[in-house]
Amino acid sequence: MPEIRNMTMNFGPQHPAAHGVLRLVLEMDGEVIERADPHIGLLHRATEKLAESKPYNQSIGYMDRLDYVSEMANEHAYVLAIERLLGITPPIRAQYIRVMFDEITRILNHLMWLGAHGLDIGAMTMFLYCFREREDLMDCYEAVSGTRMHATYYRPGGVYRDLPDSMPKYEPSKWHSAKEVEKMNENRRGSLLDFIEDFTRRFPERIDEYETLLTDNRIWKQRTVGIASVSPERALQLGFSGPMLRGSGIEWDLRKKQPYEVYDRIDFDIPVGSNGDCYDRYLVRIEEMRQSNRIIKQCVDWLRNNPGPVIIDDHKLVPPRREEMKDDMESLIHHFKLFTEGYCVPEGEIYAAVEHPKGEFGVYMISDGANKPYRVKIRAAGFAHLAAMDEMVRGHMLADVVAVIGTQDIVFGEVDR
Amino acid sequence: MLEMIRQMLNATVGQIVPAAWQAQTVEVMLIVMQITIILTPLMLCVAYMVYAERKVIGSIQGRIGPNRVGAFGYRLAGLGQPIADALKLILKEIIIPTGSNKFLFVIAPILSMAPAVAAWAVIPFAADTVLADINAGLLYVLALTSLAVYGVIIAGWASNSKYAFLGAMRSAAQIVAYEIAMGFALVGVVVAAGSLNLGQIINAQSGSLLHWYWLPLLPFFVVYFISGVAETNRAPFDVAEGESEIVAGFHVEYSGMAFSLFFLAEYANIILISVLSAVLFLGGWLSPFEGVLPKSAFTLPVIGSVLGGGIHWLLLKTSLFIFVFLWLRATFPRYRYDQIMRLGWKVFIPITLVWLVVIATLAKLQITPWFN
Repeated sequence: MPEIRNMTMNFGPQHPAAHGVLRLVLEMDGEVIERADPHIGLLHRATEKLAESKPYNQSIGYMDRLDYVSEMANEHAYVLAIERLLGITPPIRAQYIRVMFDEITRILNHLMWLGAHGLDIGAMTMFLYCFREREDLMDCYEAVSGTRMHATYYRPGGVYRDLPDSMPKYEPSKWHSAKEVEKMNENRRGSLLDFIEDFTRRFPERIDEYETLLTDNRIWKQRTVGIASVSPERALQLGFSGPMLRGSGIEWDLRKKQPYEVYDRIDFDIPVGSNGDCYDRYLVRIEEMRQSNRIIKQCVDWLRNNPGPVIIDDHKLVPPRREEMKDDMESLIHHFKLFTEGYCVPEGEIYAAVEHPKGEFGVYMISDGANKPYRVKIRAAGFAHLAAMDEMVRGHMLADVVAVIGTQDIVFGEVDR
Repeated sequence: MLEMIRQMLNATVGQIVPAAWQAQTVEVMLIVMQITIILTPLMLCVAYMVYAERKVIGSIQGRIGPNRVGAFGYRLAGLGQPIADALKLILKEIIIPTGSNKFLFVIAPILSMAPAVAAWAVIPFAADTVLADINAGLLYVLALTSLAVYGVIIAGWASNSKYAFLGAMRSAAQIVAYEIAMGFALVGVVVAAGSLNLGQIINAQSGSLLHWYWLPLLPFFVVYFISGVAETNRAPFDVAEGESEIVAGFHVEYSGMAFSLFFLAEYANIILISVLSAVLFLGGWLSPFEGVLPKSAFTLPVIGSVLGGGIHWLLLKTSLFIFVFLWLRATFPRYRYDQIMRLGWKVFIPITLVWLVVIATLAKLQITPWFN
């Protein structure tokens, strides 16, 4: 009698729904998943080791490249760890700017997630709708930092520079006439804050649009309700955080539970799910976008009325202004020291975590008093989520694997580090 | 027109071929000519439907779609794109995987293309304009559209790839569920029209817009069109391709012209299903103004022929259905394949069964205006 074996299938690393380089070895009984074995490490770039070999400030850019759809939130955790070791607090305006950009980042991330999740389940149009709004937010990134993705905007002691008074504008070209450009530049006439405010006014309607397409869609519900349910107890045991945990009904959000920066001064709610399935996590993330929009609005109002410094005035940590350097010996020395040796951080160890769009993103750092960290360990939310893959997809069908990858919001930059 | 050509051919063929074969030779030549006249525009339509799809979905998604490839230095809104795509696909190598069953691998695309094209033989384009006016036309169409799935299953099997295999299995399961519902929907049409001949089915619908079968057979109309979407493996029923799940499903191992045959077959099938929906439920070539405008309006010199029935109405109705196909693709997420089966078996088949009884009763009692 022939031996009956389950079919083993390699899902990825080259697969349209692998979200990068996920390799899943699936053991399947027909279309039903018996076992899922995620293989990681295909995008390992030794970020932690690299950070241990460079002066502190030079690793901020590496943090951007961890979870490359929510860059500033990664920077935030790293910068926060350094600040806590140094015992410094950034000026209040810098804290508001950080909160604002953290939330912009959250929307950026959730839009990317919504688009990809939709595309995985077959709702192709979501992807392009989400990217339309992402475009505006990336312009905000560009306006403050000069780049659309890898901003390197947060620095120990504050942020790199104050918000610009003008937005970059489109220029007439072969493809767009002066008249069209005039229209495209309509919301770019004022400062960055005006642009962001305009976005926060438009965005809730856009979310309604997304929800029209998905929330009550029968097919969408059939594909997500009851898929990969995780009980609250199990979610805690598996080390879930962020929307994955809140989707299971546990109200845990570092912004509320361990407020950092100025989150304690800001009014917002934390959505939680009840069933812990893909649909609940979808609803939680949609609501988080609305709440982020609310936070951004409050930050814009505060920032408009409260000018001030955005980085501490300590040239041992922060490079002096370029003009000062030209005729001030001390500034020149500071500049030289900062860009060659960097700064030394007192001995100690610290764990600093932020509520990253994907969950708790933490940086554990040990300093031996040198100009570079002795050890950096990054706690990425996605790693714990991916570890639960087997449990979440077992007994479901192949098509649900894609839904689960989507709902976990995996980005391999942070899982593999 | 046909007679004129026949005489011209008789005159020329008579000089080359022995007299005993003359009549048959002329007949064959005529049929080949007619096939060419149908197929050439069809293939062009298929090519430009791809273009239309990219443009329509593009505009739904807030994009532009193809707009670069033109001709002679003009961009022409990207109208050259299908030609360029076709050229590229023809020139590409067809890779046959080592582990595949080569005979089946090669024959599968042909098996999926042939029925999609052959079914056009019985489609009436206008009154008395049909290649083969056979009495079992509807049966012929049903048989050929069901055959198309063999191409998919054989392709999936012959590729010797797990993804392709899963695609083939899904396709087989899906077709069983939908073929039955589709068949029942067509039975309803047959009961209503009292004929299997497509031309007679259209004639039975004449009268006015309200005489068309979409109204009395509304549930069949809906079931037939949705089953048609499922049968052509289009979103939201594209589980056999399932791009984000099983990559490209049954044609994952195909490249070049072999791939494009599948592609062409899919689009030819979409057009076929759209034409059939128009013929069976929207009165084919019949004009919607029939019965609304006074009879004298149709005798007017130019406007009369536009307002009256003709191939332009069939094309218009077909385009409407094709647009719905594209619209569905841009809007809906994909079903899981067990959910498709559930929809087919537990929703569509009961609906058609119940409505079949209703229709049979109406037809027996000769309820006007539809059944008399």
